[in-house]
Amino acid sequence: MAHSPHPLRESVSRCKPRIKHVTSSTSLRNHGSFKLGFFPLWFFICFTLASCITPFIPARAEEPPYFVTYSEALEEPGNLEIAQKGTTGAPKDAHGFYSSTLELEYGAKAWWTTELYLQGQGTANDSALFTGFRWENRFRILPTEYWINPVFYIEYEDVNGADKSALEVTGHDSIADFQGRNADNRSDIARTVEGKLILSSNPKGWNLSENWIMEKDLMGDAWEFGYAVGASRPLSLTAMDHACTFCRQNFSAGAEVYGGLATVHDFGLNDTSHYAGPTVQFDVPHGPTLFFSPQFGLNSNSAGVLWRITASYEIQQFRDFFRRKESQ
Amino acid sequence: MRVQRLALFVLVLFALSTVALMAADGSWLRRVPAADRQRINPYAGDPQAAAAGKLLFAENCAKCHGNDAGGRHGRPSLRSERVAHATDGELAWLLRNGSLARGMPSWSSLPEPERWQIIAFIRTLPHDGPQPESVRRQ
Repeated sequence: MAHSPHPLRESVSRCKPRIKHVTSSTSLRNHGSFKLGFFPLWFFICFTLASCITPFIPARAEEPPYFVTYSEALEEPGNLEIAQKGTTGAPKDAHGFYSSTLELEYGAKAWWTTELYLQGQGTANDSALFTGFRWENRFRILPTEYWINPVFYIEYEDVNGADKSALEVTGHDSIADFQGRNADNRSDIARTVEGKLILSSNPKGWNLSENWIMEKDLMGDAWEFGYAVGASRPLSLTAMDHACTFCRQNFSAGAEVYGGLATVHDFGLNDTSHYAGPTVQFDVPHGPTLFFSPQFGLNSNSAGVLWRITASYEIQQFRDFFRRKESQ
Repeated sequence: MRVQRLALFVLVLFALSTVALMAADGSWLRRVPAADRQRINPYAGDPQAAAAGKLLFAENCAKCHGNDAGGRHGRPSLRSERVAHATDGELAWLLRNGSLARGMPSWSSLPEPERWQIIAFIRTLPHDGPQPESVRRQ
């Protein structure tokens, strides 16, 4: 595919927000790429198959089936969740890509969950590379449940411009973020702090979650804003009295909408991108939890469709592995 | 300068939330509102619900409280006198709200009927004697 300038790309690249500044970093992100001549879906397929045949890790994620929206659900204290979050798509005027994020989520306290993300992506006819890391913390603010439950979220993010994970959309994020060549984008590194106010409620078996997102580049630039909203429900609110795999209680379905709200200087919907889509979750008994969602761009600034899929394991009471045996 | 102000802002928020949570500690039984205390388990005495609750317990609770619900690593037994004397409504309140300062998470993301099924199972457990003070405080 030729890489001649495209009118759309030129128009949206003027407000491309994720490329904050150029550094001369000699990090792995700059030099750790290799040529990739095919679409790396095989990686996710292998990972998912391996997940399904791993019988020794009991798991049942209590999180609703969202990819961008956060709910009040925190990791149980002592549990370690390992997740592989995949995003793939073939945006207009860009090569197909697969973005892979390894997520390590640990329940430090019943009111505090901490997570580390390691991100990379591969683009067809381009290259594959490590794009950066994020460290996030979520704090439950109130000690008991209310009609609406707030959770405070703070994250440090160090990712380069080649990142295509779209773990959130803020500011003027747009389809242009998917169109550049990795060689051009990987030296553009953004170090940002991101805060979210997560509001979540669980009326009559439903989960309703709303996120207000604020992001600030530590090297300057204006505050950027975004939003995410999700609603979901398990297909059954009661459990069967016998073990089963494909029964309704193991499935949840819902939908989420998210997008950018520009910056503090031009707050609004101009030159922003927005996505919406249905989501499905399958808790494999005594196995991983699988999430799937096609997410559709809602305007011309958005990629047409982003396909998202996640497989997560929960290692319950991970910290017990480090306790002395006599204390059991 | 901007970075320093941002760092200070984050630190203050963290400190405030930590203080708020630490101050929230207390005996969970005393915090149960009277209306919640009186709630009745719709699945009380239902053997099918108890069987379903047993599976839910194995998946969600056993890693901390033990497969036999006898407690692990200093975490409380659910076969104790205190649990036996608690009303269904009090247990339902604890499952919904947790006791965050003491390490018990909120299970509000589990559908309420499933939480009642777990309580139906807990009611089928045999009772042990009184627990040591160190465990009883949790």
